[in-house]
Amino acid sequence: MSKVRLLVGTKKGAFIITSDGKRKEWKVNGPLFAGWEIYHVKGSPVEPKRIYASQTSGWFGQIIQRSDDGGKTWNTPGGGPTASPDGMPKGESNKFVYEGEIGKHLWYDGTQHPWEFKRVWHLEPSLTDPDTVYAGVEDAAIFKTTNGGKTWQELAGLRSAKGHLWQPGAGGMAVHTIILDRKNPKRIFVAISAAGAFRSDDDGKSWKPVNRGLKSQYELPDPDTEVGHCVHRIAMHPSRPDVLFMQKHWDVLRTDNGGEQWREVSGNLPTDFGFPIDVHAHEPETIYVVPIKSDSEHFPPEGKLRVYRSKSGGNEWEALTKGLPQKDCYVNVLRDAMAVDSLEPCGVYFGTTGGQVYASANSGNSWNPVVRDLPSVLSVEVQTLR
Amino acid sequence: MIRVVLPYHLRNLARVDGEVLLEMESPPTLRSVLDTIEAKYPVLRGTIRDHVTLRRRPFVRFFACKEDLSLEPPETELPEAVATGAEPFLIVGAMAGG
Repeated sequence: MSKVRLLVGTKKGAFIITSDGKRKEWKVNGPLFAGWEIYHVKGSPVEPKRIYASQTSGWFGQIIQRSDDGGKTWNTPGGGPTASPDGMPKGESNKFVYEGEIGKHLWYDGTQHPWEFKRVWHLEPSLTDPDTVYAGVEDAAIFKTTNGGKTWQELAGLRSAKGHLWQPGAGGMAVHTIILDRKNPKRIFVAISAAGAFRSDDDGKSWKPVNRGLKSQYELPDPDTEVGHCVHRIAMHPSRPDVLFMQKHWDVLRTDNGGEQWREVSGNLPTDFGFPIDVHAHEPETIYVVPIKSDSEHFPPEGKLRVYRSKSGGNEWEALTKGLPQKDCYVNVLRDAMAVDSLEPCGVYFGTTGGQVYASANSGNSWNPVVRDLPSVLSVEVQTLR
Repeated sequence: MIRVVLPYHLRNLARVDGEVLLEMESPPTLRSVLDTIEAKYPVLRGTIRDHVTLRRRPFVRFFACKEDLSLEPPETELPEAVATGAEPFLIVGAMAGG
Protein backbone atom coordinates (compact mmCIF):
# COMPACT_ATOMS: atom_id res chain seq x y z
CA MET A 1 0.00 0.00 0.00
CA SER A 2 1.40 3.36 -0.95
CA LYS A 3 1.76 6.13 1.60
CA VAL A 4 2.60 9.77 1.53
CA ARG A 5 4.66 11.71 4.03
CA LEU A 6 4.37 15.50 4.11
CA LEU A 7 7.39 17.39 5.44
CA VAL A 8 6.19 20.77 6.62
CA GLY A 9 8.50 23.54 7.75
CA THR A 10 6.98 26.37 9.78
CA LYS A 11 8.08 29.44 11.66
CA LYS A 12 7.91 27.50 14.93
CA GLY A 13 8.97 23.98 14.12
CA ALA A 14 8.60 21.10 11.68
CA PHE A 15 5.69 18.73 11.25
CA ILE A 16 5.57 15.33 9.63
CA ILE A 17 2.12 14.45 8.37
CA THR A 18 1.31 11.02 6.98
CA SER A 19 -1.50 9.28 5.17
CA ASP A 20 -2.14 6.20 3.15
CA GLY A 21 -2.55 6.33 -0.61
CA LYS A 22 -6.16 7.45 -0.32
CA ARG A 23 -4.95 10.69 1.24
CA LYS A 24 -8.10 11.24 3.28
CA GLU A 25 -7.03 10.59 6.86
CA TRP A 26 -3.92 12.32 8.16
CA LYS A 27 -1.74 11.89 11.20
CA VAL A 28 0.15 14.96 12.37
CA ASN A 29 3.44 14.53 14.21
CA GLY A 30 5.15 17.55 15.68
CA PRO A 31 6.29 20.10 16.34
CA LEU A 32 9.83 18.91 15.84
CA PHE A 33 12.56 21.42 16.76
CA ALA A 34 9.82 23.44 18.48
CA GLY A 35 10.33 27.15 18.54
CA TRP A 36 12.84 27.21 15.69
CA GLU A 37 12.22 28.40 12.16
CA ILE A 38 12.30 25.42 9.84
CA TYR A 39 12.86 26.79 6.38
CA HIS A 40 12.91 23.46 4.59
CA VAL A 41 12.69 19.72 5.13
CA LYS A 42 13.36 17.32 2.29
CA GLY A 43 13.98 13.62 1.88
CA SER A 44 16.45 11.82 -0.31
CA PRO A 45 14.84 10.46 -3.48
CA VAL A 46 17.08 7.38 -3.34
CA GLU A 47 16.79 6.70 0.40
CA PRO A 48 13.45 8.10 1.60
CA LYS A 49 14.22 7.43 5.26
CA ARG A 50 17.07 9.92 4.96
CA ILE A 51 15.61 13.38 5.58
CA TYR A 52 17.40 16.68 5.98
CA ALA A 53 16.05 19.77 7.76
CA SER A 54 17.21 23.35 7.93
CA GLN A 55 16.66 24.68 11.45
CA THR A 56 17.42 28.32 12.06
CA SER A 57 17.02 31.05 14.64
CA GLY A 58 17.73 34.74 14.86
CA TRP A 59 19.38 34.06 18.21
CA PHE A 60 21.38 30.90 17.66
CA GLY A 61 21.99 30.72 13.93
CA GLN A 62 21.87 27.74 11.60
CA ILE A 63 21.52 24.05 12.44
CA ILE A 64 21.33 21.16 10.00
CA GLN A 65 19.35 18.16 11.22
CA ARG A 66 19.31 14.72 9.65
CA SER A 67 17.08 11.71 10.16
CA ASP A 68 17.95 8.23 9.00
CA ASP A 69 14.65 6.64 10.02
CA GLY A 70 12.00 8.63 8.22
CA GLY A 71 11.82 11.41 10.78
CA LYS A 72 11.43 9.36 13.97
CA THR A 73 14.80 10.45 15.35
CA TRP A 74 17.14 13.25 14.36
CA ASN A 75 20.78 14.13 14.80
CA THR A 76 23.10 16.95 13.89
CA PRO A 77 25.61 15.34 11.54
CA GLY A 78 29.11 16.12 12.72
CA GLY A 79 27.72 17.38 16.00
CA GLY A 80 29.03 14.49 18.06
CA PRO A 81 32.34 14.47 19.89
CA THR A 82 34.47 13.42 16.92
CA ALA A 83 38.02 14.63 17.46
CA SER A 84 39.70 16.34 14.54
CA PRO A 85 43.49 15.96 13.97
CA ASP A 86 44.19 19.03 16.09
CA GLY A 87 42.27 17.54 18.99
CA MET A 88 39.26 19.81 18.75
CA PRO A 89 35.81 18.45 18.06
CA LYS A 90 34.37 19.30 14.70
CA GLY A 91 30.66 20.03 14.89
CA GLU A 92 30.74 21.56 11.46
CA SER A 93 27.34 20.58 10.10
CA ASN A 94 26.21 24.16 10.59
CA LYS A 95 29.42 25.76 9.33
CA PHE A 96 28.71 27.57 6.08
CA VAL A 97 31.77 29.61 5.20
CA TYR A 98 32.07 31.33 1.83
CA GLU A 99 35.05 30.20 -0.22
CA GLY A 100 38.03 32.48 -0.73
CA GLU A 101 37.66 36.21 -0.52
CA ILE A 102 34.12 36.83 0.66
CA GLY A 103 33.37 39.52 -1.89
CA LYS A 104 30.57 42.04 -2.05
CA HIS A 105 27.15 42.42 -3.64
CA LEU A 106 24.94 45.38 -4.41
CA TRP A 107 23.25 46.94 -1.39
CA TYR A 108 20.01 48.91 -1.20
CA ASP A 109 21.79 52.25 -1.29
CA GLY A 110 23.82 51.37 -4.38
CA THR A 111 27.00 50.63 -2.45
CA GLN A 112 28.76 47.27 -2.28
CA HIS A 113 28.07 45.15 0.81
CA PRO A 114 30.00 42.07 1.99
CA TRP A 115 28.32 38.69 1.80
CA GLU A 116 27.05 37.54 5.23
CA PHE A 117 25.76 34.03 5.84
CA LYS A 118 22.35 34.10 7.48
CA ARG A 119 20.53 30.79 6.98
CA VAL A 120 19.80 27.84 4.72
CA TRP A 121 16.60 28.36 2.77
CA HIS A 122 16.51 25.19 0.69
CA LEU A 123 18.00 21.71 0.85
CA GLU A 124 18.09 19.64 -2.33
CA PRO A 125 19.24 16.04 -1.84
CA SER A 126 21.06 14.40 -4.72
CA LEU A 127 19.05 12.23 -7.10
CA THR A 128 21.60 9.41 -6.76
CA ASP A 129 23.47 9.63 -3.45
CA PRO A 130 21.79 10.08 -0.04
CA ASP A 131 24.95 11.63 1.42
CA THR A 132 25.10 14.38 -1.18
CA VAL A 133 22.93 17.45 -0.68
CA TYR A 134 22.94 20.97 -2.11
CA ALA A 135 22.02 23.88 0.16
CA GLY A 136 20.71 27.22 -1.05
CA VAL A 137 21.60 29.91 1.45
CA GLU A 138 21.09 33.58 2.31
CA ASP A 139 23.15 35.66 1.45
CA ALA A 140 22.85 33.96 -1.89
CA ALA A 141 25.19 31.06 -2.49
CA ILE A 142 25.06 27.32 -2.99
CA PHE A 143 26.85 24.82 -0.78
CA LYS A 144 27.30 21.07 -1.15
CA THR A 145 27.90 18.22 1.24
CA THR A 146 29.06 14.79 0.17
CA ASN A 147 29.18 13.28 3.67
CA GLY A 148 25.59 13.44 4.78
CA GLY A 149 25.74 16.98 6.08
CA LYS A 150 28.82 16.74 8.28
CA THR A 151 30.65 19.42 6.32
CA TRP A 152 29.67 21.85 3.60
CA GLN A 153 31.66 23.49 0.83
CA GLU A 154 30.55 26.43 -1.26
CA LEU A 155 30.29 26.07 -5.04
CA ALA A 156 31.73 29.52 -5.40
CA GLY A 157 31.37 29.74 -9.15
CA LEU A 158 27.77 30.82 -8.68
CA ARG A 159 28.75 34.09 -7.05
CA SER A 160 31.13 34.69 -9.92
CA ALA A 161 28.12 35.02 -12.21
CA LYS A 162 27.96 38.78 -11.74
CA GLY A 163 27.37 38.45 -8.00
CA HIS A 164 28.53 42.00 -7.46
CA LEU A 165 25.33 43.12 -9.21
CA TRP A 166 22.93 41.00 -7.17
CA GLN A 167 20.78 42.89 -4.70
CA PRO A 168 18.55 41.70 -1.84
CA GLY A 169 14.82 41.99 -2.19
CA ALA A 170 12.56 42.77 0.75
CA GLY A 171 12.75 39.12 1.79
CA GLY A 172 16.52 38.95 1.64
CA MET A 173 18.88 37.60 -1.00
CA ALA A 174 18.82 33.84 -1.03
CA VAL A 175 19.21 30.83 -3.25
CA HIS A 176 15.67 29.55 -2.69
CA THR A 177 15.33 27.07 -5.54
CA ILE A 178 17.66 24.28 -6.62
CA ILE A 179 16.65 21.90 -9.43
CA LEU A 180 18.67 18.87 -10.43
CA ASP A 181 18.38 17.33 -13.89
CA ARG A 182 17.71 13.58 -13.96
CA LYS A 183 18.88 13.26 -17.55
CA ASN A 184 22.01 15.33 -17.25
CA PRO A 185 23.67 14.82 -13.83
CA LYS A 186 25.98 17.77 -14.37
CA ARG A 187 23.19 20.27 -14.93
CA ILE A 188 21.79 22.33 -12.02
CA PHE A 189 19.40 25.26 -12.02
CA VAL A 190 19.09 27.71 -9.15
CA ALA A 191 16.97 30.80 -8.59
CA ILE A 192 17.74 33.81 -6.44
CA SER A 193 15.73 36.81 -5.31
CA ALA A 194 16.65 39.36 -6.57
CA ALA A 195 19.28 38.13 -9.00
CA GLY A 196 17.50 35.70 -11.32
CA ALA A 197 17.86 32.16 -12.58
CA PHE A 198 21.24 30.53 -13.16
CA ARG A 199 22.41 27.29 -14.75
CA SER A 200 25.47 25.14 -14.32
CA ASP A 201 26.41 22.44 -16.82
CA ASP A 202 29.45 21.19 -14.92
CA ASP A 203 28.02 20.09 -11.55
CA GLY A 204 28.13 23.51 -10.03
CA LYS A 205 31.66 24.60 -10.91
CA SER A 206 30.65 27.39 -13.26
CA TRP A 207 27.35 29.16 -13.74
CA LYS A 208 25.68 31.51 -16.14
CA PRO A 209 22.58 33.70 -15.81
CA VAL A 210 19.61 32.34 -17.79
CA ASN A 211 17.20 35.25 -17.69
CA ARG A 212 16.70 36.28 -21.28
CA GLY A 213 13.06 37.17 -21.87
CA LEU A 214 12.35 38.25 -18.29
CA LYS A 215 10.94 41.74 -18.09
CA SER A 216 10.88 44.09 -15.13
CA GLN A 217 10.27 47.35 -16.90
CA TYR A 218 10.54 49.69 -13.93
CA GLU A 219 13.30 48.06 -11.91
CA LEU A 220 15.32 46.91 -14.93
CA PRO A 221 14.53 49.11 -17.91
CA ASP A 222 17.25 47.50 -20.04
CA PRO A 223 15.58 44.35 -21.50
CA ASP A 224 18.98 42.71 -21.93
CA THR A 225 19.86 42.94 -18.24
CA GLU A 226 21.34 39.58 -17.31
CA VAL A 227 20.92 39.70 -13.52
CA GLY A 228 18.78 41.53 -11.01
CA HIS A 229 15.48 39.81 -11.78
CA CYS A 230 13.30 38.84 -8.84
CA VAL A 231 12.59 35.21 -9.64
CA HIS A 232 10.31 33.71 -7.00
CA ARG A 233 10.36 30.07 -8.07
CA ILE A 234 11.14 27.77 -10.96
CA ALA A 235 9.85 24.24 -11.54
CA MET A 236 10.62 21.38 -13.91
CA HIS A 237 9.02 18.08 -14.81
CA PRO A 238 11.73 15.42 -14.52
CA SER A 239 10.90 13.92 -17.91
CA ARG A 240 11.46 17.22 -19.75
CA PRO A 241 14.43 18.99 -18.23
CA ASP A 242 14.66 21.64 -20.93
CA VAL A 243 11.20 22.92 -20.08
CA LEU A 244 11.00 25.05 -16.97
CA PHE A 245 8.24 27.19 -15.56
CA MET A 246 8.80 30.34 -13.53
CA GLN A 247 6.80 32.43 -11.12
CA LYS A 248 8.53 35.78 -11.16
CA HIS A 249 7.80 38.72 -8.86
CA TRP A 250 5.29 39.61 -11.55
CA ASP A 251 4.71 37.31 -14.56
CA VAL A 252 4.53 33.57 -15.04
CA LEU A 253 6.94 32.35 -17.72
CA ARG A 254 8.23 29.21 -19.40
CA THR A 255 11.34 28.21 -21.28
CA ASP A 256 11.64 25.32 -23.71
CA ASN A 257 15.40 25.41 -24.06
CA GLY A 258 16.86 25.17 -20.58
CA GLY A 259 16.54 28.84 -19.78
CA GLU A 260 18.14 30.27 -22.92
CA GLN A 261 14.92 32.14 -23.65
CA TRP A 262 11.80 32.67 -21.53
CA ARG A 263 8.34 33.76 -22.65
CA GLU A 264 5.41 34.93 -20.60
CA VAL A 265 2.47 32.55 -20.13
CA SER A 266 0.45 34.51 -17.57
CA GLY A 267 -2.55 34.45 -19.91
CA ASN A 268 -5.87 34.86 -18.12
CA LEU A 269 -4.59 34.73 -14.55
CA PRO A 270 -6.38 37.27 -12.34
CA THR A 271 -2.95 38.50 -11.26
CA ASP A 272 0.43 37.15 -12.26
CA PHE A 273 2.13 37.97 -8.97
CA GLY A 274 2.78 35.00 -6.70
CA PHE A 275 5.36 32.76 -5.16
CA PRO A 276 5.06 28.99 -5.77
CA ILE A 277 4.78 27.17 -9.07
CA ASP A 278 4.75 23.41 -9.54
CA VAL A 279 4.25 20.77 -12.23
CA HIS A 280 1.85 17.81 -12.21
CA ALA A 281 3.70 14.53 -11.61
CA HIS A 282 2.34 12.77 -14.71
CA GLU A 283 1.35 15.62 -17.05
CA PRO A 284 4.34 17.79 -17.91
CA GLU A 285 2.14 20.52 -19.38
CA THR A 286 -0.06 20.81 -16.29
CA ILE A 287 1.16 23.47 -13.91
CA TYR A 288 -0.09 25.16 -10.75
CA VAL A 289 0.26 28.66 -9.32
CA VAL A 290 -1.40 30.60 -6.50
CA PRO A 291 -2.06 34.16 -7.68
CA ILE A 292 -1.48 36.83 -5.04
CA LYS A 293 -3.03 40.27 -5.34
CA SER A 294 0.17 42.30 -5.65
CA ASP A 295 3.64 42.94 -4.36
CA SER A 296 2.09 45.37 -1.90
CA GLU A 297 -0.73 43.11 -0.76
CA HIS A 298 0.45 39.57 -0.21
CA PHE A 299 -2.91 37.82 -0.09
CA PRO A 300 -5.29 36.29 -2.61
CA PRO A 301 -7.42 38.65 -4.72
CA GLU A 302 -10.93 39.24 -3.33
CA GLY A 303 -10.14 37.18 -0.23
CA LYS A 304 -10.62 33.99 -2.28
CA LEU A 305 -7.92 31.35 -2.01
CA ARG A 306 -7.61 29.91 -5.49
CA VAL A 307 -5.05 27.64 -7.02
CA TYR A 308 -4.85 28.13 -10.77
CA ARG A 309 -4.10 25.22 -13.05
CA SER A 310 -3.06 25.29 -16.66
CA LYS A 311 -3.18 22.06 -18.64
CA SER A 312 -1.58 23.70 -21.62
CA GLY A 313 1.74 24.74 -20.12
CA GLY A 314 0.46 28.24 -19.44
CA ASN A 315 -1.67 30.98 -20.97
CA GLU A 316 -4.98 29.20 -20.34
CA TRP A 317 -5.72 28.89 -16.64
CA GLU A 318 -8.63 27.59 -14.60
CA ALA A 319 -9.41 28.43 -10.99
CA LEU A 320 -9.46 25.52 -8.57
CA THR A 321 -11.67 26.49 -5.64
CA LYS A 322 -13.54 23.44 -4.40
CA GLY A 323 -12.74 23.03 -0.73
CA LEU A 324 -10.72 26.24 -0.46
CA PRO A 325 -12.01 29.32 1.41
CA GLN A 326 -13.77 31.66 -0.98
CA LYS A 327 -14.29 34.60 1.32
CA ASP A 328 -12.31 36.48 3.95
CA CYS A 329 -9.10 34.62 3.24
CA TYR A 330 -5.97 36.75 3.50
CA VAL A 331 -3.12 34.28 3.75
CA ASN A 332 -0.10 33.92 1.52
CA VAL A 333 1.51 30.80 0.07
CA LEU A 334 5.29 31.01 0.11
CA ARG A 335 7.57 29.83 -2.68
CA ASP A 336 8.67 26.53 -1.15
CA ALA A 337 5.23 25.68 0.22
CA MET A 338 3.78 23.67 -2.69
CA ALA A 339 4.53 20.09 -3.68
CA VAL A 340 3.13 17.20 -5.71
CA ASP A 341 3.20 13.47 -5.01
CA SER A 342 3.62 10.81 -7.67
CA LEU A 343 0.53 8.73 -6.94
CA GLU A 344 -2.29 8.29 -9.42
CA PRO A 345 -4.13 10.61 -9.47
CA CYS A 346 -1.47 13.14 -8.65
CA GLY A 347 -1.67 14.71 -5.20
CA VAL A 348 -1.07 18.43 -4.82
CA TYR A 349 -0.27 20.11 -1.51
CA PHE A 350 0.34 23.60 -0.25
CA GLY A 351 0.72 25.41 3.06
CA THR A 352 -0.24 28.93 3.99
CA THR A 353 1.08 31.69 6.18
CA GLY A 354 -2.10 31.17 8.22
CA GLY A 355 -0.96 27.68 9.19
CA GLN A 356 -3.24 25.62 6.98
CA VAL A 357 -1.99 22.76 4.85
CA TYR A 358 -4.32 21.78 2.02
CA ALA A 359 -4.25 18.58 0.03
CA SER A 360 -5.85 17.53 -3.20
CA ALA A 361 -5.88 13.83 -4.05
CA ASN A 362 -7.24 14.50 -7.53
CA SER A 363 -4.80 16.82 -9.25
CA GLY A 364 -6.38 19.93 -7.77
CA ASN A 365 -10.03 19.31 -8.62
CA SER A 366 -10.95 19.48 -4.95
CA TRP A 367 -9.12 20.26 -1.74
CA ASN A 368 -9.27 19.37 1.91
CA PRO A 369 -7.43 20.86 4.85
CA VAL A 370 -4.93 18.40 6.26
CA VAL A 371 -4.39 20.63 9.29
CA ARG A 372 -5.63 24.14 9.99
CA ASP A 373 -3.73 25.76 12.80
CA LEU A 374 -0.01 25.25 12.43
CA PRO A 375 2.41 28.13 12.73
CA SER A 376 2.98 30.05 9.52
CA VAL A 377 4.05 27.52 6.88
CA LEU A 378 7.41 28.14 5.21
CA SER A 379 7.74 24.97 3.15
CA VAL A 380 5.93 21.81 2.12
CA GLU A 381 7.50 18.72 0.59
CA VAL A 382 5.94 15.34 0.00
CA GLN A 383 7.44 11.88 -0.17
CA THR A 384 5.60 9.13 -2.01
CA LEU A 385 6.38 5.88 -0.21
CA ARG A 386 5.68 2.58 -1.94
CA MET B 1 33.77 22.97 38.61
CA ILE B 2 32.14 25.70 36.54
CA ARG B 3 28.35 25.80 36.37
CA VAL B 4 26.85 27.05 33.13
CA VAL B 5 23.20 27.77 32.43
CA LEU B 6 22.32 27.45 28.76
CA PRO B 7 19.19 28.95 27.20
CA TYR B 8 16.27 26.60 26.60
CA HIS B 9 16.90 26.00 22.91
CA LEU B 10 20.58 25.25 23.39
CA ARG B 11 19.83 22.83 26.22
CA ASN B 12 17.53 20.99 23.85
CA LEU B 13 20.13 21.04 21.11
CA ALA B 14 22.83 19.71 23.43
CA ARG B 15 20.32 17.29 24.97
CA VAL B 16 21.04 18.33 28.54
CA ASP B 17 18.77 19.09 31.47
CA GLY B 18 19.56 21.78 33.97
CA GLU B 19 23.00 23.24 34.40
CA VAL B 20 26.08 22.12 32.49
CA LEU B 21 29.09 21.32 34.67
CA LEU B 22 32.55 21.95 33.24
CA GLU B 23 35.91 20.75 34.52
CA MET B 24 38.47 23.31 33.44
CA GLU B 25 41.66 25.05 34.39
CA SER B 26 41.69 28.16 36.53
CA PRO B 27 41.28 30.97 36.10
CA PRO B 28 38.32 30.56 33.74
CA THR B 29 37.84 33.24 31.13
CA LEU B 30 34.98 33.99 28.77
CA ARG B 31 36.93 32.36 25.97
CA SER B 32 37.98 29.26 27.91
CA VAL B 33 34.45 28.61 29.16
CA LEU B 34 33.06 28.82 25.63
CA ASP B 35 35.91 26.66 24.27
CA THR B 36 35.15 24.04 26.90
CA ILE B 37 31.41 24.08 26.27
CA GLU B 38 31.96 23.66 22.53
CA ALA B 39 34.46 20.86 23.10
CA LYS B 40 31.98 19.01 25.29
CA TYR B 41 28.97 19.79 23.08
CA PRO B 42 30.19 20.26 19.50
CA VAL B 43 26.62 20.77 18.32
CA LEU B 44 26.76 24.17 20.01
CA ARG B 45 29.59 25.43 17.84
CA GLY B 46 28.32 28.33 15.80
CA THR B 47 25.25 28.84 17.99
CA ILE B 48 26.82 31.04 20.68
CA ARG B 49 29.61 32.63 18.68
CA ASP B 50 30.59 32.70 15.04
CA HIS B 51 32.44 29.65 13.72
CA VAL B 52 35.24 31.66 12.16
CA THR B 53 35.53 34.98 13.96
CA LEU B 54 34.51 33.55 17.36
CA ARG B 55 32.55 36.75 17.96
CA ARG B 56 29.46 36.49 20.13
CA ARG B 57 26.26 36.19 18.14
CA PRO B 58 24.31 39.46 18.31
CA PHE B 59 21.35 38.15 20.32
CA VAL B 60 23.29 36.05 22.79
CA ARG B 61 24.37 37.63 26.08
CA PHE B 62 26.65 36.55 28.93
CA PHE B 63 25.95 37.21 32.60
CA ALA B 64 27.61 36.29 35.89
CA CYS B 65 27.04 37.53 39.43
CA LYS B 66 24.43 40.02 38.15
CA GLU B 67 26.96 41.56 35.78
CA ASP B 68 26.59 41.74 32.01
CA LEU B 69 29.84 40.42 30.55
CA SER B 70 28.61 40.40 26.95
CA LEU B 71 30.79 43.26 25.81
CA GLU B 72 33.90 42.24 27.71
CA PRO B 73 36.93 40.93 25.78
CA PRO B 74 37.31 37.14 25.49
CA GLU B 75 40.27 37.02 27.88
CA THR B 76 38.20 38.50 30.71
CA GLU B 77 38.46 36.33 33.80
CA LEU B 78 35.17 35.24 35.29
CA PRO B 79 34.31 36.29 38.87
CA GLU B 80 35.73 34.20 41.70
CA ALA B 81 32.23 33.03 42.63
CA VAL B 82 31.84 31.50 39.15
CA ALA B 83 35.32 29.96 39.28
CA THR B 84 34.47 28.22 42.54
CA GLY B 85 31.05 27.10 41.37
CA ALA B 86 29.18 29.22 43.89
CA GLU B 87 27.47 31.14 41.09
CA PRO B 88 26.61 30.00 37.55
CA PHE B 89 27.75 31.54 34.30
CA LEU B 90 24.64 32.44 32.33
CA ILE B 91 24.33 32.29 28.54
CA VAL B 92 21.10 34.02 27.65
CA GLY B 93 19.07 34.54 24.51
CA ALA B 94 18.58 38.30 24.40
CA MET B 95 15.10 39.76 24.69
CA ALA B 96 15.01 40.72 21.04
CA GLY B 97 11.92 39.00 19.76
CA GLY B 98 9.92 42.14 19.18
